Amino acid sequence: MFTAIHLALKEIWRNRGRFLLFSLVVALITLLVLFISALGEGLGSGNREYLEKLNAELIAYQDTARLSIASSRIGCDKRREILRVEGVRDVGPVGFASVSIPMGDGAEPLDISLIGVEPGKPGEPPVVAGRGLVRKSADEAIVDRTVALVTKLQVGDRLTIRSVQANEDQFYDLEVVGISDSRKYGLRPSVTVPIVTWDEIRPKAAVGPGQEDPGCNVVAVQLEDPTQLEPMRQRLQAQVSDIETVDRKTAYENTPGYSAQQSTLNTQNGFALLIGVLVIGGFFQIQTLQKVPQIGMLKAVGTPNLTVAIAVLIQIVTVTLLGVIIGGLATLGLALVFPPNIPIVFEPRSGTMAVASILFMGPIGGLVSIRYSLRVEPLIALGLSS
Amino acid sequence: MASALEAQSVVKQYRVGSGTVNAVDGVSLSLQRGEFVALVGPSGSGKTTLLAILAGLLSPTSGSIVIDGQDLATMKEAQRARFRRRKIGFTFQANNLVPYLTAIENVELMLRLNGEFNAAGRRQARELMVRLGLEERMNALPRQLSGGQRQRVAIARALINQPALVLADEPTASLDTERAFQVVETLANLVHEQGNTGIMVTHDLRLVQYTDRVIQLVDGRVERIISPQEDLACLADPAECAMIPTDVLGFERAGESTTQKTRL
Repeated sequence: MFTAIHLALKEIWRNRGRFLLFSLVVALITLLVLFISALGEGLGSGNREYLEKLNAELIAYQDTARLSIASSRIGCDKRREILRVEGVRDVGPVGFASVSIPMGDGAEPLDISLIGVEPGKPGEPPVVAGRGLVRKSADEAIVDRTVALVTKLQVGDRLTIRSVQANEDQFYDLEVVGISDSRKYGLRPSVTVPIVTWDEIRPKAAVGPGQEDPGCNVVAVQLEDPTQLEPMRQRLQAQVSDIETVDRKTAYENTPGYSAQQSTLNTQNGFALLIGVLVIGGFFQIQTLQKVPQIGMLKAVGTPNLTVAIAVLIQIVTVTLLGVIIGGLATLGLALVFPPNIPIVFEPRSGTMAVASILFMGPIGGLVSIRYSLRVEPLIALGLSS
Repeated sequence: MASALEAQSVVKQYRVGSGTVNAVDGVSLSLQRGEFVALVGPSGSGKTTLLAILAGLLSPTSGSIVIDGQDLATMKEAQRARFRRRKIGFTFQANNLVPYLTAIENVELMLRLNGEFNAAGRRQARELMVRLGLEERMNALPRQLSGGQRQRVAIARALINQPALVLADEPTASLDTERAFQVVETLANLVHEQGNTGIMVTHDLRLVQYTDRVIQLVDGRVERIISPQEDLACLADPAECAMIPTDVLGFERAGESTTQKTRL
C-alpha cells in the first residue's frame, strides 16, 4: 500500500504540469456540473420557493383547475367551509398575479409576482425586517429579499407597481412595511399585499376597484396536526365540495413547466457527468497505454498487481479530487459575483451530491485503465509477449 | 556445492499455424553461486525466451527450474512475483528505470517492495550507488542520466536485495564500447563479490571476457558451453578464434561481419 502511494504521488509530483492540466479539465467539468445543478436549483426554487416555504400544510384548488394555480378560483364561502372541517387550524386565501416594478432611469422594469394574502393568515410570509401586513391598511406591501436587493427598497420606502388594466398601464403606490426572505414564485421575486389590494392591482380586462369578496386562486390550509397530511387531505376532499387538496410538494411540482424544466436540467447534469467519466477514463487510458513498458518492467521486478492497481486508483482519485476542489472554489468565486436576479442557487445538498457524483464517477471512468494495467504482461520488459 | 540454478530439460513450445516451434528445446543448465555466465547466440536462438523462463516470467512447456532450492514450476503467479522481487535481480535493454523516480529512489524501490525500506536498507542503497560511481547522481531523474549511468542504476537496483540470481538482458545494447565494458565489468565484479549467480544475454563477443562461461544457444538448444580457461583465450587473440565460425556463434567480432566465416 505504501509503495503504491509512493509510486502514485511521485509520478504526480514529477509530472505535476500534466496532472494539473488534467485536474483543470476535471475542474471545468465540476464547474459545469455545479452550475447546471445550481441553475436547476435556482430555476426550481424560483418556481416553488413561495409554495415550499408556505406556512400551511395543504393547498386547496378549485377541483376543475387540475392543480393549475392560474386557472383555480376559490371564493370566500369555500374558505369558510374548509375552516369548519375538524382538524383545520386556519385558512388563508392566496392570489397570484404578474406585474412589474418600474426601475427608472430607462432601466428594464423588474417583473414580480404579486401575491395577495389575508393579513395574519396562512400565506403571509414572515418578515425578517419591519412588520407584517395589517387588516386596516390596504396600501402596504412586504417585499421579498430579491426585490429589496434589486430595487434597494427599505422598510418605510414607497413602492410603485405597474399593472395592465384594460390595455393601459396603471401605477399603484404602496408602502414597504416589511422585508421577507426570498419567496419567488413563477421565477419572479414576490411582493405580498393584502388580498383586497391584490384584487385591485392584478391585471384585469376592465379597470375597476377591488371586489368586496375578492376571489383567490388557492387556499392555504393550516392543520392542527401537521403530521396528519393524508387523512386531512382525504377529509377535506370528502367534506368540501368542488375542491382538490394537495400537499405543498405536489403543488409546486404541478406549477407550469416545473417537472419538464427539472427533468431537462437533470438530463443535462447526467450528460455532464457522463462526459466527465469519459474524459477521466480517456485520460488515464492514454496514460496507461503510454506506460505499458514501464508497468511491464515494474511487474517483471516483482511489483504485485495490487500495488500497480492501487497506484493508478490513487492517481485517479487525487487528480479528480484536486479538480473538484479547484472547480468548487472557482464556482464559489463566480457565485459571489452573480447578480441576485439570476436564477442560480448553490444549495449545499445538491452541490454536495454533484461533487460526490464526480468523485464517484472519476474512479468509475478510470476502471478501464486499472483493468488494462492489470493485464500488462511483465514479459513486455523483455520485449516478449505470451 | 549445491547449484544456485538448476534447469532440467527445459522446453518452450509455441504454436505456429498448424504446427509447433520449439523456442527453447531441452536446455539443461547448472550454475553455481558466484558464477557469471554469458548467454549468446544468433537472433531467434531462444536466449531471451530462456531468460524469461529462468526469471519465472514465462512457464516452460516442460522441464524444471530450481533456483536457490525452490522449484518455479510449483509456484502460482503471485508467488512467482514475490519470488522475483526477493530472489531475482533484473537489468533490461531499455525502459529499465521508473522515469519519475530519482536514481536512488529507483534502487530503493526494491527495498520498498520487499518491506525493507529502513535505515539499514537506505544506507546499503547509498553505499551501492557510491560503489557504482553514482554518488553525484543519486537525486537525478533517469532522463538526466547518461545511458551508462542508467545501466549502473539498474545494476544497483538488481543487486540491492542480494538476489540469488541476476539476469541481464543485453545490458549494453544502447551503450558505446567504453561504457559497455565498464558496465559489464562492474556487474561481473559485484556478482562475484556478493556471491550471486549472474546470466547476461549479449550479442557482443568482446564482453564475454568478464564472464566465467559462455553458453551458446542455437535454435533453442545449447550448442556448446565454452569454458573460460580454454576457448575464451581466443578473445585475447582473434586469430585463436579461427576454430569457431562467427555466424554459428551468432556474434560479431570487431571489424567483422556476422555472415563472414573465418577460416577453418
